[in-house]
This record gives sequence, C-alpha cells and structure tokens, in this order.
Amino acid sequence: MGAYIVRRIGQGLLVLLAVSFICFVIFQYMGDPAWALAGRYATPKQLEMVRQKLGLDKPFYVQYLIFLKNALRGNFGMSFVSRLPAMQVILERLPATLELALMAMLIAVTFGVGLGVLVSVSPHSPVSRLIMAGSLLGISVPTFLTGILLIMIFAVELRLLPPFGRGEVVRLFGNWRTGFLTWNGIKHLILPALTLSTYQLAVLLRLTRAGMMEILGEEYIKTAWAKGLPQRSVLFKHALRNALIPVVTMIGLQFGELIAFSIVTETVFQWPGMGNLLLSAIFESDQPVIVTYITFVSIVILSLNLLVDILYVFINPKIRYV
Amino acid sequence: MSRGRALRHFLGDPSAVAGATILSLFVAGAIFAPLIAPQNPYDLGILSLADSLKPPIWMEGGEAPFLLGTDEQGRDVLSTILYGCRTSLTVAFGVVLVAGTFGMVMGLLAGFYGGFIDAVVMRLADVFYSFSTTLMAILVLGLLKQKGVLVLVLAISLTDWVRYARTLRGAVLAIKEEDYINAARAVGAESHRIILRHVLPNAVPPLLVVAAVDFGVVIMLEATLSFLGVGLPVTEPSLGMMISIGRKYVYAGKWWLIVFPGIALTAIVVGINLVADWLREEINPRIQKAVKGP
Repeated sequence: MGAYIVRRIGQGLLVLLAVSFICFVIFQYMGDPAWALAGRYATPKQLEMVRQKLGLDKPFYVQYLIFLKNALRGNFGMSFVSRLPAMQVILERLPATLELALMAMLIAVTFGVGLGVLVSVSPHSPVSRLIMAGSLLGISVPTFLTGILLIMIFAVELRLLPPFGRGEVVRLFGNWRTGFLTWNGIKHLILPALTLSTYQLAVLLRLTRAGMMEILGEEYIKTAWAKGLPQRSVLFKHALRNALIPVVTMIGLQFGELIAFSIVTETVFQWPGMGNLLLSAIFESDQPVIVTYITFVSIVILSLNLLVDILYVFINPKIRYV
Repeated sequence: MSRGRALRHFLGDPSAVAGATILSLFVAGAIFAPLIAPQNPYDLGILSLADSLKPPIWMEGGEAPFLLGTDEQGRDVLSTILYGCRTSLTVAFGVVLVAGTFGMVMGLLAGFYGGFIDAVVMRLADVFYSFSTTLMAILVLGLLKQKGVLVLVLAISLTDWVRYARTLRGAVLAIKEEDYINAARAVGAESHRIILRHVLPNAVPPLLVVAAVDFGVVIMLEATLSFLGVGLPVTEPSLGMMISIGRKYVYAGKWWLIVFPGIALTAIVVGINLVADWLREEINPRIQKAVKGP
C-alpha cells in the first residue's frame, strides 16, 4: 500500500511536470511574458527590469527552470486585467466554486445512488420506469440548457428564485466568503447546484442500477434472501457494497467533468467562481490567470484521484495494492 | 449474437425503435435541409430585420412561412435548427471517425503487444480521462483562438480517442486468452493476421456501444462549446449558438428561441442514447438475465 501510494504520487508529479511544460510554452510563446509579470501598464524601464529578472536572453531550459521555480512558489505573474497576482485572483474565486461543486456532488451522490437502488429493486414498476425516463433526460440534456430552462421556469416565470449571482455572502475567515449562512445566499445556490448536479446524478443513478441488477442476480444474494435476512441488510450490506465500486470509480473519474461543467454552470448563472473567471480570462487573453487555473485544477484532479484510489481499499477489502 | 436474433430483439424493444426513428428523422432533416428548410438562414441577402423576433405561427403576431418564429436577425428558427443539426451531426460523425480510428489502433496495439506501448497508452488514457474531454476542449479551443468544424473535431478527438482505446484494449486482453487465438497461433498465423481476422471482429460489439454513447456526448459537447463561444464561428449554424443568442431574450419572454433548438438537441441525444441502451443490453447477457429474473 505504501509503495503503491509513493508510486502514484510519483506518477502524479510527472503529469504535473508535463502540465507545467505546456503552461510554460503557453506563457512564453503566446504573449510577452515580460508584460505578463510587469502588468499591462508597466513603463519601458520596468519591462526591461522584468526581462532581465526573467532571463529571457538565457537558453530555453534555463528559462523553463526559472518558470518552474516561480511556479513552485505560486508565482505565475500578474493578471493583465486586474493587475493583481494571478494566484490571488484565482484563490479569491475558490470558495464560490467549491461551495457550488460540493452542493452539486452532495445532491448527485445522494439521489443518484438512492434512486439507483430503488429502481433496481423493482425495475418494472411505474415509478421505476418514470425515474429511468428522467435519468435518460438527465444524460441527454446538456448542462447549459438545463440551467437556462431552470432560469426560465423558476426565475422568469414563477419568480421563485434569483436567476444569477451569489447573493449575500458572509465572511467566514480570511478571504473565505460563504453563501451557506444566509437565506438569500442559499436561495442563489439552489438553481446552479441543481444544474451542475443533474448530469452526474443521472450517470450515477444508471451506474448504481446496472451494478445492483447484476449483483442481485448473483448466487450469494440468493443465499442471503434464503437465509431470511431483512431486505435492508441484503440490499445495503450485501449488494450495494459491491455495486458501489464502479460508482466510486466514476465519482473519482468525474471530478474533471465536474470542474468542466462548473465552468458552464458558472457562465449561465454568472456565478462568481473560478470557471467564470477562466472564461473571461480566455476572452481577454489573460495568460497568467489561464496558466494558474490549469495548474491549480491539475493539482486538484490528481490529488482527488489518488484519494479515491485509497478509498477503494476501505470499500473493498479484496483489493490489495502491491 | 446472430444478426437475425439481434434484429428481432431490436424490433421487440419499443424504446430502441423509438430512438432509432427519432434519430433517422433528424439525420434525414439534416441531410435534406437545403431542400426542405423554408429559408437558407445563412443567406444574408434574404434576411430582413423587419421579420426579427416573430413568435411561432400559431401565436399572435406569428407569420408564414416562419413556422417556429424568427430570431433577432429575422432568421427562421426552424430552418436554422435544420442547418444546425447538419453541423452537429457532421462534428459528431467526424469525432467518432477520427477519435474512433486512432483509439482503435492504439487500443489494439496496447492490448495485443503490451509492454512499453501499453504503459504509455494507458497512462495517457488515465490522464486524459481524469481531465475530461470537456475541460480539455474548452482549454485547447480557448487558447488556440481558432474556430471551425475541423478545428472542433480535432480538439475534441485529441482526448476523446482514449474511450475507444480503453475499451478495445480490455476486449483484446480478454480475447487474447481465448482458445481460438491460441489455435490460430499454433497453426502459424502471423500477428497482424490474428489481429485483423480474429481479434478485431470479436472486439467490435463493445466498441459499438462506446461509439453510440460517444456520438451523443459529442453532440452535447459541440453545443456546449458553441454556447460558451469557443466552438464554432458565428458564420456556422449551431444549436448551441442559437440557444446562446436566445438567452439574451429570456427576460423578454422570447421562449421559442431556446425551447425549439433545445428540443431538437435533446431529441437527437435521447434518440442515440436509447439505441445505445439497447445495444448495451444486447451485448451484456448478464444484465439481461437479471432483468428477466424473479
């Protein structure tokens, strides 16, 4: 197990190195890096100083090493647009994205797995058919369309919920502003969280159902029924535990997808998160912010994947990593 | 799985038939768009701002020939949807072809030969998969600042091929252990002959499911990218872009600008997903047994 984790961390670092190299190429060859560090309104003298500091006259690999050194310190230069350090700009937007993603994951996992089990028990009942039809829509309607339709229904027609923004936020600690503590903030969170969760919910539901139905046909489940164990015990202790393995894999593999769809959701709802920031950065050619975003997101995805792999061991004691 | 039995199963499954019907309707509509669309929405000469933002024909203010209303530039919504489906389906076919072919070759090589090439392909597959095709496409297209059908197909295929590679590799690994492969080897068949004549045909069914699911995913992805403004240029008709334009008029109550392209987009994807579901159950006998069980 220890050796396995060390090897996985090593592989992760290798991927990060590759990502950093791509970022370096973006940084160095798509726009002037001196501008990137000095900011758009720098004087020629400041620019010259930055060029010398960056060592742009030095060979390629030396420049890359300098970029790496700066990156390790979280220094990716100044945002062209806000003239603040790019890392700071991204981190300011982190709480909004994290709260949205957490809420969406919570909805997706709870209802996805719960309804999946429900459907697998009586696959031919009218309720199950209705749920399955819903899940088919869930995987067939793109996230941006879900969001706009929810806005049309709940914000424009029924005027129940606000169509955009994060509403009132309360400062928790440091730069962390949360929307969880005010009713207004929660009302703003409902539609975006539902939008972001829909697709994942449907995928998890279908996966749980397929896994459960396969396992409910196994001999050991028949034995469990024959022993007269209560339904709750058969379903959750014997069947779901094994059906959950592909579900957990999927949750682990879907973090990248979740981040991608948070870009879409944040754009639809003008949610002040990282995804929204990335898209404006792309349109404004704000290279430092783009590079910081890519690095940040890569670290998050790789760490979460590792975490999920370790979690496996606790779900299924049969898995042993060597 | 014999062909006759598969056809009988297909015809006996109402949702599969419904899916295939919906899909063929849209494919036909897309192919014959220039013949059946009331208007060529990208012929600037015939557009008139006097026709802009007309509601569907059955509502007050609706006007022939604009069956489903018009957008801000006086484009007929129905015609734009038909042309938009053309683009969506072209992109989806393109990706399935490019990513599918490349992924198949990589998956075959990785599964059959193993070793170094297997390690490289599988590592790449892991990384691309966890970063997700959507995220990579947004980043690549956003940084490239190039737009067009071909760029879009290549940007999506850049990571999408790993779906096919993974599936084929898994199938090849399973097939490699079968007796008939050993038999072929024993009679002295060469590697490429074994791959083409024995391994590939048996690995096709799972690949079909992946291709069907992928087709739907790519249609949604194209719409999403065009909606975000990093997909197709404004000169190409696209369902995603229609909805993005319609979004500006949500508060003005111009619902037809979103609802109709939205229905078209969803219907195509539902259609292909229904077919994919049928294919999956047809191929996996374990699930069938469970469905028919007590």
